[in-house]
Amino acid sequence: MKVLVPVKRVIDYNVKVRVKSDQTGVDLANVKMSMNPFDEIAVEEAVRLKESGAAEEVIVVSIGPQQAQETLRTALAMGADRGILVKTDDTAEPLAVAKILKGVVEEESPDLVVLGKQAIDDDSNQTGQMLAALLDWPQGTFASELSIEDGKVTVTREIDGGLQTLALESPAIITTDLRLNEPRYASLPNIMKAKKKPIDEKSPDDFGVDMANRLSVVKVTEPPEREAGEKVEDVSELVSKLKTKGAL
Amino acid sequence: MAVLVLADHDNEALFDATHKTVTAAKAFGGDIDILVAGKDAGAVAEAAAKIDGVRKVLHAEGDPYEKQLAEAMEALIVPMMDGYDALFAPATTMGKNVSPRIAAKLDVMQISDISAVESADTFERPIYAGNAMMTVKSSDAKKIVTVRGASFDAAEEGGSASVETVDAPSGPFKSAFVEEKIVQSDRPELTSAKRVVSGGRALGSKEEFDRVIVPLADKLGAAVGASRAAVDAGYAPNDYQVGQTGKIVAPELYIAIGISGAIQHLAGMKDSKIIVAINKDEEAPIFQVADYGLVADLFNAVPELTEAV
Repeated sequence: MKVLVPVKRVIDYNVKVRVKSDQTGVDLANVKMSMNPFDEIAVEEAVRLKESGAAEEVIVVSIGPQQAQETLRTALAMGADRGILVKTDDTAEPLAVAKILKGVVEEESPDLVVLGKQAIDDDSNQTGQMLAALLDWPQGTFASELSIEDGKVTVTREIDGGLQTLALESPAIITTDLRLNEPRYASLPNIMKAKKKPIDEKSPDDFGVDMANRLSVVKVTEPPEREAGEKVEDVSELVSKLKTKGAL
Repeated sequence: MAVLVLADHDNEALFDATHKTVTAAKAFGGDIDILVAGKDAGAVAEAAAKIDGVRKVLHAEGDPYEKQLAEAMEALIVPMMDGYDALFAPATTMGKNVSPRIAAKLDVMQISDISAVESADTFERPIYAGNAMMTVKSSDAKKIVTVRGASFDAAEEGGSASVETVDAPSGPFKSAFVEEKIVQSDRPELTSAKRVVSGGRALGSKEEFDRVIVPLADKLGAAVGASRAAVDAGYAPNDYQVGQTGKIVAPELYIAIGISGAIQHLAGMKDSKIIVAINKDEEAPIFQVADYGLVADLFNAVPELTEAV
């Protein structure tokens, strides 16, 4: 079995973003960038499938600027076998990303594509579902447990009321939720080894995908600021304040 | 113009997220129809027909719709979209699962998790865990959006729309439902509760979470929430998680207990009307958004609060 894992380079989750004063976006200059945390979980899951013997090969793909190669190297250091960089300096909307990924799937014929459920920059939560639709594949989104036996994919999903388990025909799309696994840190020897693993370079044109954005940004603003309130001395003061406010 | 609103429900009750999505659809404008896809979901269709401002309810029945499986929902909705200018789905796990499939099939870029409708093609949505608000204008012929419930009031009842039965594709589809573990609770649902009591890592164990947080929630008639750290540690089930990737809540009263206030958690609750924080670390970032902060040992303060309310 072959597993494809798309990974995205995003602002590190510990960074507090700043909105640019001209309202065109957020300030990305000199900001620490990392692999999207949900994608790390996806890479980890794919590598575990390989370690358990369920998968033979793990391919990682990233769509983005030259620096996205660093994100691919991180995934390779975690245990992926080879990488594909679809290089573009354009902003890639989820729909365009899904179309490129469809092209990659048609070239590579994986049995499973594991994606993060959302990227923590634009919080869209749609690429995996879109890819599933474009390929006419079944999907198991927001996965907290995944098992593969005799080509049958069983996935447990985090849903609003609790947990739901689905059986999917293969090939299938999985998107990861937080509790699917805890991603490993790459060891130094593996980081060194990853430098020798192959990364293929492609462009959106290779897949005939038009990168023109459907959404234009009118403005990006700060959210309404919430003022810190007051400290209360004890529980009885808290209760009386809340009663005055009509909250109790 | 006409908008199709996707109803979220459990075949017995219509979820409040649907009413909120109708409010967003009203701001968009045009005729509003609601699609109720389910199994033995007649009561849900009747409930949807009572929402004020709805033209008609489309009711689709069948086994694959009992759990609203994405592959079946796509087959049902994509052809229906010929008659609509927009699809509005609640940004619940159901809506988030289904809606992008339809967008991709229609070659539309979905606008996820909108917090405001500016005009028929322009919407506001949070990005970076709500640390920035982005206003986008869509050039697509049809608009596909998911709606952040915490940003819209629920549409009132008072309508009497007609209910029409629609044919639903019966498959076969490539996914099948196996089982579900749904926590049964008499408490209000987290995303629509007027009051929420949330616990964090400082609780230390599931036993303490249940002993300290739950009685206060019960006394206040509140829903119970949790930080990611508390869920990851197994103190509370996954569907309690409030935050960027969990539930987004905006109750009248939010009480954060033993929660430090990571930006990912704040993303899920900072639109609450009144925020109370109880934490023994006075430097905890949660105090920067709290209206009332109490620096205290939660194991003493919370039982005292439970007693006092």
